[in-house]
Amino acid sequence: MTTVAKVSEETDGLHTLSHLDALESESVHIVREVAGEFERPVILFSGGKDSIVMLRLALKAFAPAAVPFTLLHVDTGHNFPEVLAYRDRTVAAHGLRLHVASVQEYIDAGTLRERPDGTRNPLQTLPLTEKIQAERFDAVFGGGRRDEEKARAKERIFSLRDEFSQWDPRRQRPELWQLYNGRHAPGEHVRVFPLSNWTELDIWQYIARERIELPEIYFAHEREVFSRHGMWLTAGEWGGPKDGEPTETRLVRYRTVGDMSCTGAVDSDATTLDAVIAEITASRLTERGATRADDKMSEAAMEDRKREGYF
Amino acid sequence: MTTIDTLRFATAGSVDDGKSTLVGRLLHDSKSILTDQLEAVTRASAGDAPDLALLTDGLRAEREQGITIDVAYRYFATPRRRFILADTPGHVQYTRNMVTGASTADLAIVLVDARNGVVEQTRRHAAVAALLRVPHVVLAVNKMDLVGYQESVFAAIVEEFTAYAARLGAPEITAIPVSALLGDNVVEPSSHMDWYSGPTILEHLTSVRAEHDPHREPARVPVQYVIRPQTAEHPDYRGYAGQIVRGTLRVGERVTVLPGGRTSTVTAIHELGRPVDAARSPRSVTVLLRDDIDIARGDLIVSGDGAPALTRSIDATVCHVADRPLTVGQRVLLKHTTRTVKAIVEAIPSRLNLHDLSRHPDPGQLVANDIGHVRVRTAEPVAVDAYADSRRTGSFLLIDPADGTTFAACMVEESR
Repeated sequence: MTTVAKVSEETDGLHTLSHLDALESESVHIVREVAGEFERPVILFSGGKDSIVMLRLALKAFAPAAVPFTLLHVDTGHNFPEVLAYRDRTVAAHGLRLHVASVQEYIDAGTLRERPDGTRNPLQTLPLTEKIQAERFDAVFGGGRRDEEKARAKERIFSLRDEFSQWDPRRQRPELWQLYNGRHAPGEHVRVFPLSNWTELDIWQYIARERIELPEIYFAHEREVFSRHGMWLTAGEWGGPKDGEPTETRLVRYRTVGDMSCTGAVDSDATTLDAVIAEITASRLTERGATRADDKMSEAAMEDRKREGYF
Repeated sequence: MTTIDTLRFATAGSVDDGKSTLVGRLLHDSKSILTDQLEAVTRASAGDAPDLALLTDGLRAEREQGITIDVAYRYFATPRRRFILADTPGHVQYTRNMVTGASTADLAIVLVDARNGVVEQTRRHAAVAALLRVPHVVLAVNKMDLVGYQESVFAAIVEEFTAYAARLGAPEITAIPVSALLGDNVVEPSSHMDWYSGPTILEHLTSVRAEHDPHREPARVPVQYVIRPQTAEHPDYRGYAGQIVRGTLRVGERVTVLPGGRTSTVTAIHELGRPVDAARSPRSVTVLLRDDIDIARGDLIVSGDGAPALTRSIDATVCHVADRPLTVGQRVLLKHTTRTVKAIVEAIPSRLNLHDLSRHPDPGQLVANDIGHVRVRTAEPVAVDAYADSRRTGSFLLIDPADGTTFAACMVEESR
């Protein structure tokens, strides 16, 4: 019988939107806008938790059809082997195509030079931007979140980049309602950040809700590490430790994954998603403050890299 | 156990009104600043005490000049609510960024320096909040410590602001006397103003009702993308992907697809993989229909009665957000929901004088940061609602076809 006079919120068969549902719907809307408006979008996929969530949203946005995008990874040459294995598993499982821009190839060719401090994070910009130009990508999805860092807090969801991939915060387009303006001239492209409004905790709660598999280094495990600038770095062929940096085996996990030379592990006994969520909820350190050396170089380290075309 | 909801709010204030300090205080006193962030701010501060404005001014030029250039988005939470804060610049040159922040906000905080009272920028911010129909407005009268915490100073500013905002049709205004620098009435109640018995800023943010579109209204679903797997498993699947931007959509309902006007029946709704009987805004869904009709990106699926009328002539209130002017006769692109059509600026009937709210007739053009009225004629029919009824289907952009610059933020007026 359908002659019900009044339908109450509780009995109309609709469950309340949780904050994760609302974030998911907003992000999927952004992903679909890009599919509708651009010719050659690509998803930056590193095998880190943010890009994993971004890929999950893309998979859900077009189901039961395939994701109409390819993936791009900037391989620093110092990535964690567990994460590269995860990347390749994921690409194969979903029948996707992966482009790789290799920092090592640029170093071998003499186009880029190794920095004295050994970090390869700033070296990623050139291979990334050249790959974007070579493949004529016109929309590049990044997993950046505004809660990560104060320069990122200024980032639009659709961020227009010139032919040199440069970001100019003074010349950003106003972003009104949910009307994303992706118009661009040939050679320009748009960086798109569908996870802009997510926090680190949202990401973990969503991973738990959706039961998404992650690279194992996100969970506590024993690892040979050494201390540099107050962070636990993984010993390895990338160049650490130096003399006078003794290694030790500790129970650690990673809050973020990136280049081994500048991504620190945190002491942790969190071996499950629930334990990780509890740990993050209680933490008094930000994700990047705890684990990223390159952001500490100066007050404007991220802003400067973003201006040059970094993601 | 109640669900934690999200309140989106925007802050606005003139240069040196202490807005960054207020935001910093809000984040700091609600314990949303983590240890390493506070250490970084303390290191960068000139004096002994951390300069809380440095928490929010994230760009090099902002720190150098001590002003906020662009919108920054901040995230914090209390046990009852999550907050997304659009921290917008007050400088007149960057008013467009306040429009950016306010367009998605449930609440706007307009900051006034108690020593200066209502100034030109205050009026501009009040106008933007009112015209964009931000459901709640908070007037934060800051620097009360510098006027001896006098109630009379506060009351006079409230009266002037309220009278002005009421003429713009602003919703209810909550006025709160604060000292962002010292923390009075931001998170902790002030001990200096016993004449004030209202909420602190944070109390108000936590308790105010988060407004959303009424759910029982007929649905509006702008089609973003047509999903056709064309696989052995799904040879005939044809789903219309889009976000329900208003109302509720149900399986079995009759729908009309605009601008074509064909009707059909909803046979299935998929909430990102999960079939449901009904879904409401702001869900992203995929809709399946009984009839095989031609539907593409840019079409609007509407359920039930009260479909918007198709029109090729739209009257709108606009905020001009580009450096180049908008002139009568100009050819533009009009972006409404997922549909972009060619259009021409047919008339600019008036520009708003923010000082006395008079309408300057036929200004000929609108320049950066102007608020005015325009009439546009479109090359193809567009299905628009009044902005007063729906922020999502009642708003559109005017875009420069040459280089993609966003010219203006537009709100469809009620009576045409």
